[in-house]
Amino acid sequence: MTDLIDELEALEREGREAISGARDAAALEAARVRLLGRKDGRLTAILRRLGDLSPEERPRVGAAANRVKEVLTGLLEARAVEVEGGAAQAAGIDPTLPGRRPWRGARHPVTQVMDEIYAIFRSLGFTRARGPEAETDWYNFTALNTPLDHPAADMHDTFYLAPGVLLRSHTSPVQIRTMQAYRPPIRIIAPGMVYRRDPFDASHAPGFDQLEGLVVDEGVSLVDLKATLAEFARRLFGPEARVRFRPSFFPFTEPSAEVDVSCFLCGAKGCPACKGTGWMEIMGAGMVDPAVFEAVGYDPERYTGFAFGMGPGRIALQRYGIPDIRLLYESDVRFLEQFS
Amino acid sequence: MDISYRWLKSLAPGLVAAPEEVAERLAMYGAPVDALVRLDAEIRDIVIARVIEARRHPNADRLSLCQVDAGTGEVLSVVCGAPNVRPGGIYPFAPVGASLPGGVTIRKAKIRGEESQGMLCSARELGLGRDHEGILELHGDFTPGESFVEAVGLDDVRIVVDVTANRPDLLSHLGIARELAPGGVAGVTLPPLPAGANSQAVVDFRAEARFETRTDAAEVGGVQITIQDPDLCLRYMGAVIRGVRVGPSPEWLATRLRAIGLRPINNVVDATNYTLHELGQPLHAFDLDRLEGPEIRVRRAAAGEAIVTLDGERRALEPGMLVIADASRPVAVAGVMGGENSEVTESTRDVLLECALFDPAATRRTRRALGLSTDASYRYERGVDPDGMETACRRAVELILSVAGGRAEPVVADVYPARLEPAVITLRPARAAHLLGVPVGAPEIVDLLTPLGFEVLEAGDAALRVRVPGHRRYDVTREVDLIEEVARRYGYDNFPDELRAYRPNTVPEDPIALLEDRLRSFLVARGFLESRTMGFAAESEGDVALVNPLSSAESRLRRALLPGLIHRLEHNFAHGQRNVRLFEIGTAFAPGPAGGLPVETTRLAVIFTGARYAAHWSEPAAPFDVWDLKGLLEDLALELGLGAGAVEPSGVEPLFIPALAFRVVAPDGTMVGEGGQVAPERVDAPAWAGSIWGLEIQLSAAMATRPTPAFHELPAFPAIERDLALLVPDQTPAAAVEATIRAAGGAHLRDIEPFDVYRGPGVPEGSRSIAYRLRFRAQDRTLTDREVDSAVGRVLHRLRDEHGVQRRG
Ligand SMILES: [Zn+2]
Repeated sequence: MTDLIDELEALEREGREAISGARDAAALEAARVRLLGRKDGRLTAILRRLGDLSPEERPRVGAAANRVKEVLTGLLEARAVEVEGGAAQAAGIDPTLPGRRPWRGARHPVTQVMDEIYAIFRSLGFTRARGPEAETDWYNFTALNTPLDHPAADMHDTFYLAPGVLLRSHTSPVQIRTMQAYRPPIRIIAPGMVYRRDPFDASHAPGFDQLEGLVVDEGVSLVDLKATLAEFARRLFGPEARVRFRPSFFPFTEPSAEVDVSCFLCGAKGCPACKGTGWMEIMGAGMVDPAVFEAVGYDPERYTGFAFGMGPGRIALQRYGIPDIRLLYESDVRFLEQFS
Repeated sequence: MDISYRWLKSLAPGLVAAPEEVAERLAMYGAPVDALVRLDAEIRDIVIARVIEARRHPNADRLSLCQVDAGTGEVLSVVCGAPNVRPGGIYPFAPVGASLPGGVTIRKAKIRGEESQGMLCSARELGLGRDHEGILELHGDFTPGESFVEAVGLDDVRIVVDVTANRPDLLSHLGIARELAPGGVAGVTLPPLPAGANSQAVVDFRAEARFETRTDAAEVGGVQITIQDPDLCLRYMGAVIRGVRVGPSPEWLATRLRAIGLRPINNVVDATNYTLHELGQPLHAFDLDRLEGPEIRVRRAAAGEAIVTLDGERRALEPGMLVIADASRPVAVAGVMGGENSEVTESTRDVLLECALFDPAATRRTRRALGLSTDASYRYERGVDPDGMETACRRAVELILSVAGGRAEPVVADVYPARLEPAVITLRPARAAHLLGVPVGAPEIVDLLTPLGFEVLEAGDAALRVRVPGHRRYDVTREVDLIEEVARRYGYDNFPDELRAYRPNTVPEDPIALLEDRLRSFLVARGFLESRTMGFAAESEGDVALVNPLSSAESRLRRALLPGLIHRLEHNFAHGQRNVRLFEIGTAFAPGPAGGLPVETTRLAVIFTGARYAAHWSEPAAPFDVWDLKGLLEDLALELGLGAGAVEPSGVEPLFIPALAFRVVAPDGTMVGEGGQVAPERVDAPAWAGSIWGLEIQLSAAMATRPTPAFHELPAFPAIERDLALLVPDQTPAAAVEATIRAAGGAHLRDIEPFDVYRGPGVPEGSRSIAYRLRFRAQDRTLTDREVDSAVGRVLHRLRDEHGVQRRG
């Protein structure tokens, strides 16, 4: 039996040489016939002697023969492509040169993050809603339970267009407009540009993208908030991501929460991006404050709901490791092309 | 809010958690910790030293040559640059080999020819504050050679807490202690003050102090105190301490202040600052001898009044602002800052201590109007505990007596126009369970709320009656606020997070968002890069002005997107990019009705320049031309359901070269877009830049629904084609020729396709040759050549009649 194994090994060795030495299609075909030809090929000859072996030996040698056949067949095919190419090159075409491709376009990295976020929420029954970027202070503050003379209004420094008219400092006014225009059940997200009077530097922009969410129905509870947002976070950041909810404060939600996800840059070990805590703050959330329901004429005893807001730009910075928020808004093609 | 870990532990003796655990627990209670600063980490090598002798450096006027006892048994020679070094003074000292914050190591050095064997340190060099006025002189009993950190109690951790706007009660060590102490409020105590030389005065005050509570005016030690505007000043306490000696604070007090990043000033001021950070009550000390009257009037500022505040600024006061005045003039801006005219100085002997409560909103208006935020205004505008005032006032008086000497008047004036009663709130456990999604019983609620200082007056299964403590009166006013407290102390982590069934949404998808998705896919597939910019524009490019812009280049909201994209193109030109293809979908703003919102439109803008295709070795890269622009406009018009025919030459748009300008017209005749070759004077382009093409289209919800395609029977019979080369006079547009062909070609003419345009030999001057391929087909039979020929004949006849167009020979 060892004879046959040795012969198979010799066949493989010689076959490799013969195939790589074939310079054109004819030589390659001749090699194929010599090695694997069904009638007089070397492999066929070896296989014919299988019958001489004991039933125990036969499978092992058979398997070795099959392997050699596969190896040589593969080499023959690969070499065939090479000698063909040679023929093409002889005819004036070098197929190793790059092909003709149109320009590659790209969605903005922030759009890519927003698209991903929306895809997740769409599968959870949400639709997108929209509101104006210029708002009245009633929509931006008052209806959201934020009296203008309360320190909470300082959380954002606002651009004004006229007395009582401003550039929205968050997407939360869309909550109010949506509740005015529709009746529960409401499940929306509202992406859009918001404006804060921050100087443009590496970590602040006077205008940036935000994404708001709102769910209102009878019987919506803090458990639904937690479940929905934890599900979202695990889908966006991966099933191994851990999610943490911390109490926080927003004037238009009560109770309020800050949602953290385990840092995906350092695996929650602590790094500069997560300030060494292992956690990344990804959004604010909370149960809709009864005062907000009252502002839109909903009965807070009947309806409850939750709202949330996040910064897709900030998530893009973290995810792609972009060090400076200004890069997002400069439209430098050398930057944008990286996201194609 | 900066918290000293040691100070915190003195208020919560049962607290055993390490600083890291304190940070973790605070985060989970809603007050995340931004930083833990180990105060001793980098100054462990520093020792106490006494300066024996200090004389002028022989070779430098500003330097001193000191003989220093650092407990080593030998006298060290040290060069010092601080103006305040004096013989007998005690200072922190970095011996040779010691390291300082920032990684500096002290070496033996020759400074201007004199040897220096170490360094006397300032507070800033030790990372203990910004004070760099001189070296840090210590006051008290110290032994040279002792560890500085241990001697002054700096083996401490500064906990930087991020306190949300709704929780003024957390702006003190007391407030943080209430959250963390085992047992909550029951586990918090006010630690005794270190015994001082004046302990008897403290004991006497504690025994004799009487708060004389009146509704409009009260008197203390001959000082009349009146609240004239009780809407803005809710309570005003005044205490008098006579015979103080103003000077440096003892080291324990200075160290406490430095531990939270404050600069010690003098013992009286330090005592008020200490009390503020310990208990959250702002206090102010007046030099009693400098108050005219002596009298205190809490009133609105009169027109034209002004004050020089403690920071040395002269500030004009507006009539609505509340001031503390003496008999003739303002001596403090209420709740914000004291005035120089009544400031406590080294020569002060008698002090009037103010412990007051001002209206939050009024304090906030004043603070904003003056642009002056202080530790006091920060707390007043968020809310100070009216029920903690007496304790704070006593604490501050005792502290002043202890560190500055003197005796206190036993009577303390307390002008309290209307008692602030605690709120009693009804809390239904069923409502809590409804909102939180988990059952919470009355006993559990009692257990969660009581440690925070809430008093449950009645605990029925259906409803609890809960009295709100003074320190929570600002943020807990409704049932839902109590439910939040229940959830917060229950722990958000302890709620389940399993998704449950929900009812379907009633809000339809925003049609513009769908349209945006489609256009992005369309343009990205064609090689365009998406740009996102902000809505700001310069004055020339916007009609809606900002009241408070960041800069004149951003003083308006844009009226269109394309000018902004041109600036983005210029940015790319500046970085040497010649192939730029950008698009943006965003909002443009037009003035709205008077007093109303601006009118916003969602628009798509595209700009492109450079090569039509990415460079390929097989052929030279052709630049984009007008047909790329027009083709893209036509394609977009189709995509938006307007039809390719919606694109027509416009010739007028100022942004573009007139001959190469187009508009997009909606079926109702309104112009919805434009495009063309951007006029060179509109772009700051380098010489090597190619022609620039731009377009902008206003999107509408109607465009989101594309017309449903209508099915046409597939042709069952072959078509017959005829090619016509036509000599068309230059003044006749191709579109007119095509319209005539279509009108004259009959029912079987299916397609008209221009396939060649030619000028040159064989074509007369003033004309060009346009070759059209006409395709004829009938649905029910094969057409005959005769039928087609006669249709072509009609076409040629009409072309000749209407346009003078001849067939090319
Ligand atoms: Zn990290």
